[in-house]
Amino acid sequence: LLCGPGLRRSGAGLLVTKCGLLRHRPGGGGAYWVDSQQKRYVPVKGDHVIGIVTAKAGDVFRLDVGGSEPASLSYLAFEGATKRNRPNVQVGDLIYGQFVVANKDMEPEMVCIDSSGKSSGMGIIGQDGFLFKVSLGLIRKLLAPKCEIIQELSQLYPFELVLGMNGRIWVKAKTVQQTLIIVNILEACEYMTAEQRKQALAKLSGN
Amino acid sequence: QVWQIRLDMHLLNHDGNITDAASIAGIVALCHFRRPDVSVQGEEVTVYTPEERDPVPLSIHHMPICVSFAFFHQGTYLLVDPTEREERVMDGLLVIAMNKHHEICTIQSSGVVMLLPDQILRCSKITAVKVAEITELIQKALENDQKARKEGGKFGFAESIPSQRITTFKMESAAVDTNDVEEQAGEIIAKADPPSEVFASPVVHTPGTAQIGEGIESSWGDLEESEKEEAAEEEGESEAIAFECEKVETEDTSTLKETKNEPIVLSDSEEEEVVILEPQELPRKTR
Repeated sequence: LLCGPGLRRSGAGLLVTKCGLLRHRPGGGGAYWVDSQQKRYVPVKGDHVIGIVTAKAGDVFRLDVGGSEPASLSYLAFEGATKRNRPNVQVGDLIYGQFVVANKDMEPEMVCIDSSGKSSGMGIIGQDGFLFKVSLGLIRKLLAPKCEIIQELSQLYPFELVLGMNGRIWVKAKTVQQTLIIVNILEACEYMTAEQRKQALAKLSGN
Repeated sequence: QVWQIRLDMHLLNHDGNITDAASIAGIVALCHFRRPDVSVQGEEVTVYTPEERDPVPLSIHHMPICVSFAFFHQGTYLLVDPTEREERVMDGLLVIAMNKHHEICTIQSSGVVMLLPDQILRCSKITAVKVAEITELIQKALENDQKARKEGGKFGFAESIPSQRITTFKMESAAVDTNDVEEQAGEIIAKADPPSEVFASPVVHTPGTAQIGEGIESSWGDLEESEKEEAAEEEGESEAIAFECEKVETEDTSTLKETKNEPIVLSDSEEEEVVILEPQELPRKTR
């Protein structure tokens, strides 16, 4: 039996450590977890997140990922980076990477390549665009396969979207106004039901 | 009697300016708190339980409230009470903590903005107005709570949740009127001359994005005028006159000279020595 986030084993029983809905997955021995809503992110190994570069310290960049400590990212952890060929990263840049070390005793460490050395979509996020913060529950909803929200939005305008598990979303569309419209819809998706969302999008695409 | 009090604050959610919200929450919590009553006879100390004797409030002398100001473009633009996004892109921050007796308790300036003295004085005037409003709100809320408890009605945190007064994860949506968008757009295109300063209805660029007003201009001068009108209305409040800036020499010099000679009577402030800040008239210390 797998014990997921929000639950902890204590002796023979289980203790609940977060408030939320209890979910169950029957496959493969069964798994239970608590689906809780929160905005504050705690770094977890293997999560893909968006970080903001706050400092360059020798060979290592310090990134703000929204946790209690800044994460470190080595300059060699990019695809095709060597000692001579350094990546062009400035303070204030956005980076999409994943955690290799993330526990409560150590400072988290990030990389922008996967285990085979390919970048697979990670790295420095391009210029312009807009970064904003939403709750973690909304990110998980958006990352679910065949998410309705994203399919409906893609009918509206073409845009680029990066979702970080730390609650950060980066959006870029052709014009600033289109970008802001998408930002507003994604932020409002927290509180809107599916019908309200469809109505809002219908009004927008009609105009 | 010496008591040790600990105040813990849990941040549930925020959209910027945690300092101000936390200062209000802290001072209200302290004003609302009741401690057990104690009597000391020689060496004997008896602490009464809330059932034996009504608990006693703390003796709060004044309520300092923080007000934050965000500066942009090297001090050209000023925003009071910045939101999360404004905080992330601001150049500098000025926090002023004041009580309703217009006593400044804290000033803190951070960031890369160099501030002029008259900017700080104007900020303190804005702070005085805001603090007066907030203190009144706090007093009313405390009175309502006391009334509810006396009459046996429902009160407290648990009661505020169903009536949606405590709003975690709640955002007010701003309604944008998109009716007659094409007509409005046509009118605006037809008007070739620059638009007037007063806008009756929002200008809709695209659905979902609207603009009210014409750009952002530094309105230091306008602010000064409106503050002076408010100050003139408060009769007998000499603190307001003390905060007049350098424009005094232009207009009300006659009235001002009279009041400056009178002894300045302040409201129930418990400070012993009061220094009133005036530009160009700093109290000179002997060297």
